[in-house]
Amino acid sequence: MTRRSRRLLALPMALLAGFCLWQASRPAWAQSLVADLSSHLIAITTGFTGTDVVLFGAVDGDGDVAVVVQGPEGEVTVRRKGRVAGIWMNVEDVTFSRVPAYYTVAVTAPLEGGVPPAVLQRHEIGLDYVRLLPEKAKLPPEKQAEFRAALIRNKQRAGLYTTEVGEVSFLGQRLFRTRIFFPANVATGTYTASVFLIRDGDVVSAQTTPLLVSKIGFSANVFEFAQRNSVFYAILGIMLAVTSGWLAGIVFRKS
Amino acid sequence: MQIYLPIAELSVNALLILMLGGGVGFLSGLFGVGGGFLMTPLLIFIGVPPAVAVGTQANQLVGASVSGVLAHWRRNNVDVKLGGVMLIGGALGTGLGVWLFGLLQKLGHIDLVISLSYVLFLGTVSSLMLTESVRAIVKGRGAPVRSKLHHHTWLHGLPLKMRFPRSRLYISALLPAFIGFVGGVLVAIMGIGGGFLLVPAMIYILGMPTALVAGTSLFQIIFTTGLAAFLQAVGNQTVDIVLALLLLVGGVIGAQFGTRAGARLRGEQARALLALMVLAVAVKLAVDLIIRPEDVFSITLPVMS
Repeated sequence: MTRRSRRLLALPMALLAGFCLWQASRPAWAQSLVADLSSHLIAITTGFTGTDVVLFGAVDGDGDVAVVVQGPEGEVTVRRKGRVAGIWMNVEDVTFSRVPAYYTVAVTAPLEGGVPPAVLQRHEIGLDYVRLLPEKAKLPPEKQAEFRAALIRNKQRAGLYTTEVGEVSFLGQRLFRTRIFFPANVATGTYTASVFLIRDGDVVSAQTTPLLVSKIGFSANVFEFAQRNSVFYAILGIMLAVTSGWLAGIVFRKS
Repeated sequence: MQIYLPIAELSVNALLILMLGGGVGFLSGLFGVGGGFLMTPLLIFIGVPPAVAVGTQANQLVGASVSGVLAHWRRNNVDVKLGGVMLIGGALGTGLGVWLFGLLQKLGHIDLVISLSYVLFLGTVSSLMLTESVRAIVKGRGAPVRSKLHHHTWLHGLPLKMRFPRSRLYISALLPAFIGFVGGVLVAIMGIGGGFLLVPAMIYILGMPTALVAGTSLFQIIFTTGLAAFLQAVGNQTVDIVLALLLLVGGVIGAQFGTRAGARLRGEQARALLALMVLAVAVKLAVDLIIRPEDVFSITLPVMS
């Protein structure tokens, strides 16, 4: 672990300790799982290169913990290239509606085998169980599976879909924590971090926490301006170009 | 130093972009072309979405052309009247190009069309330029043989004849307007100024004096790229001002050094080098179209509901 990430972890660990004390001072209640994030807002500033968020919590007993974080949903078209007259071009496409822009799952131990697929399906735990449905219902199952796999593969290549088995670590018997990485190309919007406590092949407790990814400061202003006042933005861009071209012409003539 | 591009929505190394801008600017100064044909594929290669690369590049080319045209303007090497006529066609072409770009993007064929246009236009022009310049180098310092140029062809029979005193031409206004039109379409679709296509067209089709060609084409390119940048920013929100600024700073500085270095190059040598470079880009893109892609599947950026 690098020094930087250790420093990064210091705050969440302190929070975790405080959280435990607070937990201990309260009367025991029926809730078997509590969890929170080190930050509920990821600010995309001009220097943004991706960031870690620590998710931490406590459970009341044995069991595996699965953490699923998924991001804003949108429509994604998957295209397949085919060879036409010697040239590779897009020949087929399938549009999936409500595709999460970001999906990551972290678990304490591999769940396959111990947990029935129906349970994983219901809670969308694991890349095989993410709900990705094509817009057109009448698609042959093999084709749907092929395009679904391609969608996941492309997302994985972009670093936006990840699976991290064994990345949720227990500190002692009750406390757990995991680090969730958001790369620089992460989409803005509302995310949810869901934590599941799995015992005897079933989810016995779950908690969902929201997380916001938002552009902040200069980059947010530029984006807003480009969207809202696109005419002024366009003129500003051109004026900027003309001015710098003009300046360069004058500066370099003198020298 | 990493910097987040607000419209392209990715984080890039600012120094890398400055260096790219500087390198391409140097080459554009050296050869007297805009350099869009190199920059747009490079931007796409480092991960900038093609639509943003093309839109931003159009904006950046405005600055590069202004900087370039100033020197020609001072030497009175700009035929404003002819440039103006080209511009009428150019504006129409740019409008059509931006519309086509949006349509092709929806149909999922924009990448193919960008690549095919590069291969087709860059490949043809660079091959012609290469053979011509190699022949000139082999022959020694003779000017390229153009004996057939001023024969009366059907081009001279077109209507709407117009006098262009600065270029000493009496030709149909449709010719420069058509050349401008083709240039305008290319600006919008390929994110290039189109100088490499306009310059030979103006010399060989219009028969313009060589001294006026560079300045006049740059003059016209300022407006077509400006219009393209405007339409892309308003219609598609694909102009990244931060990226454009980085490219401009690198580009204008690089171009000045390039111009100085270019003064030491002989005309046909410069043309042969430029032709080789353009040909390399075209061949690379052609190969990419022909060999099997690593993953035959690709995904679009999400459309948020």
